[in-house]
Amino acid sequence: MKPHDMSRPDALLSVRKLTKLFGSFAACDGIDIEIQPGEIHALLGENGAGKSTLVKMLFGVLTPSAGQIVWKGQPVRIGSPGEARKTGIGMVFQHFSLFEALTVAENIALSLDPGISLARISDEAAALSHAYGLPLDPKAHVADLSVGERQRIEIVRALLQNPQLIILDEPTSVLTPQEADRLFETLAKLKAEGRSVLYISHRLEEVQRICDRATVLRHGKVTGACDPKRETPASLARMMVGNEVATVSAAGTTTRGDVLLQARNLNVPARTPFAVSLKNLSLTVRSGEVLAIAGVAGNGQSELFDALSGEYPVADNDAIRIRDHAVGASGITARRLIGASFVPEERHGHAAVTGMSLSDNLVLARSQSDRRAFLTGGPLGIIRHKIVREAAKRISAAMDVRKSGEDPPAGSLSGGNLQKFIVGRELDRQPSVMIVNQPTWGVDAGAASRIRQALVDLAKSGSAVLVISQDLDEIFEVATEIAVINEGRLSNAYPAQDMTREKIGLLMGGAHDKAGAEAQHAH
Amino acid sequence: MILEAIILTVITAATPLVVAALGELVTERSGVLNLGVEGMMIMGAVGAFAVAQMTGNPYLGLLAGIAVGALFSLLFGFLTLTLVTNQVATGLALTILGLGASGMIGETWVGVPGIKLQAIYIPGLSDIPVIGPILFHQDIVFYLSIALLIGVNWFLFRSRTGLMLRAIGDNHGSAHALGIDVLRVRYLSVMFGGACAGLAGAQLSLVYTPQWVEDMSAGRGWIALALVVFSSWRPWRVLAGGYLFGAVTIGQLHTQALGVNVPSQFLSALPYAATVVVLVLISRNRRTTLINTPASLGKPFVPDR
Repeated sequence: MKPHDMSRPDALLSVRKLTKLFGSFAACDGIDIEIQPGEIHALLGENGAGKSTLVKMLFGVLTPSAGQIVWKGQPVRIGSPGEARKTGIGMVFQHFSLFEALTVAENIALSLDPGISLARISDEAAALSHAYGLPLDPKAHVADLSVGERQRIEIVRALLQNPQLIILDEPTSVLTPQEADRLFETLAKLKAEGRSVLYISHRLEEVQRICDRATVLRHGKVTGACDPKRETPASLARMMVGNEVATVSAAGTTTRGDVLLQARNLNVPARTPFAVSLKNLSLTVRSGEVLAIAGVAGNGQSELFDALSGEYPVADNDAIRIRDHAVGASGITARRLIGASFVPEERHGHAAVTGMSLSDNLVLARSQSDRRAFLTGGPLGIIRHKIVREAAKRISAAMDVRKSGEDPPAGSLSGGNLQKFIVGRELDRQPSVMIVNQPTWGVDAGAASRIRQALVDLAKSGSAVLVISQDLDEIFEVATEIAVINEGRLSNAYPAQDMTREKIGLLMGGAHDKAGAEAQHAH
Repeated sequence: MILEAIILTVITAATPLVVAALGELVTERSGVLNLGVEGMMIMGAVGAFAVAQMTGNPYLGLLAGIAVGALFSLLFGFLTLTLVTNQVATGLALTILGLGASGMIGETWVGVPGIKLQAIYIPGLSDIPVIGPILFHQDIVFYLSIALLIGVNWFLFRSRTGLMLRAIGDNHGSAHALGIDVLRVRYLSVMFGGACAGLAGAQLSLVYTPQWVEDMSAGRGWIALALVVFSSWRPWRVLAGGYLFGAVTIGQLHTQALGVNVPSQFLSALPYAATVVVLVLISRNRRTTLINTPASLGKPFVPDR
């Protein structure tokens, strides 16, 4: 049997010469894909390769400019997501389409047939989510949930619709290895039931492990179709990127210097009933070190970032020290002025104002720390646009930010390119302390390796770097020390070479320092 | 019974505020900010008065008020939803247009004695001492206001359509992606808001002061708008705020009549100050405010395709 035969008549979905034009730019250019019943089909490609555009057309969010979608042998027109659902296509979006002001059950109810009572949906959602190992409280408001928990809603919501084809966009990026394993079991179960899955991921190992076939996109065109199990991660990456992805070299051998960032017995009460309180948390990062903090979503990562960055200053001024200054009670600007830099988790609306240009975003972030360079006129604070634009250009070149036009709005960049710009914006200052929350969430392999290498290089040049991440691959790539956060408590930090996934998994589950002690013995 | 009389006047003063605010609440919950409440109200008032005069039937006048308010809001809907004009500017223009047009339409009715919408006598219930006259011997608009309160509360928080409406108000992009017809729901909620404002206006010219006076809405549309915001978009708080405002308004009138030695300007400002203070106090919980505030309020929606 030929594995790539495109003319099998029993295909569940086949896409022929599908094209989407935005103006004169072809986001998708003559794409052919065939999905068989009961297969897990991977869709690979860098950010901006056209994956999102393609699946949006399949799900009826965008109308194709040309081409044909054939469902079970019949040409169909999918005019809206509602029609897609009726056809039998479910979707889990990467950028969640959730309503923050509504409860979990209400969010799920909105995508189901009318006439089912909210109480029944609550029960079914709770039962289904537990059956698939994705526990959810149906009465919780989405606004109070972490990114990981929000994704569970999306997955459960799609599963409740009982689709024949389910499209998953980067589903595991916020799950722990154990949670991801459970999701894979779910997918295997769906496959056994004869359903098909279109699986979009940047994680090549994952694709190799669970996917039966893969289609690779680059610049809106299909550049390869293969059986991922017969490929290597490097050969898949080559198809995606067109050249080899640089492997990140860890900062393991750097010389350690002075303590630049320190938290001592940091206690932060929960701000909302649903937030996590930080309990007696201590950490130390020296010059030349990359401390990575692992943990499952919603265990105090964002609270820790808020406290360390000064977004929410803490009561005890001495609990946080940056370059030997007590800064616990100071705000972000004061901390930036003594040489610290911060990159929060959310790119859109937090790290960057999406509606404003890159250079405006640069001024917003650094108008105080780089006041002399960017502003003139003393108290008037007039922006020196030419110099700012030069700086934005320099940062874009340094981080290989791909954008349309000289100085486009931040929101027009793809996720990976915007993240490269944001990280570059902070690195450009040569910060002596850098704190990053989820540096490569939803970012493609090429951009992720660029960002990680930049963080490692910063530590090598003598800065202290703190990375909060849920991505274990990332943690092992960049870290010199690893600690795990669980329910607002931080484990001791252990040298990265002594840690394994299993030990981190145990610490994530709250088995405090037993696993750590093992790591010490193993040493 | 002086107290009974005072309570009756409080109810009459509060009813138009509650009705108009409930309508605007539904409009805003769908994510549309219509600042034209004052204009829709005064158009409803003049329409109701005119039809009541022409037909001699105040109930037909009431229906006319509702229809005029809804039609007038349709103009707002067409401009902001179909032509995607700025909602704030369009709402202000609607108020200015309404005040001007109503003055012109109502010119011939100035000084003409009005036809009052009579209280409905319910045998048995209306004769109960004290609460009978207060609760069961009222005009139909009062009963409608209570029915609206219960209906709006049920609709928003118990019905599926209400859930869709709140979803649109929270995130119209995601609602569109789910296949909800955002513009249709918004048109209907804008018209519901217009109909309620028209009903409130009709109450002014048929119950409160049964005559036509230019600018007789006297800023009540703005009070209704403020009530919606300060109530954190929750129907029961609109009722509380509306009655508080009505009570302080009537209370300060009586205080002035008693000749208490307080500057009258201060007393006149009291209802506004009291309402703002109380509603700010009860909406201190930031989390509940956050969850109830329609996140897409006032933002234009253009489907991307």
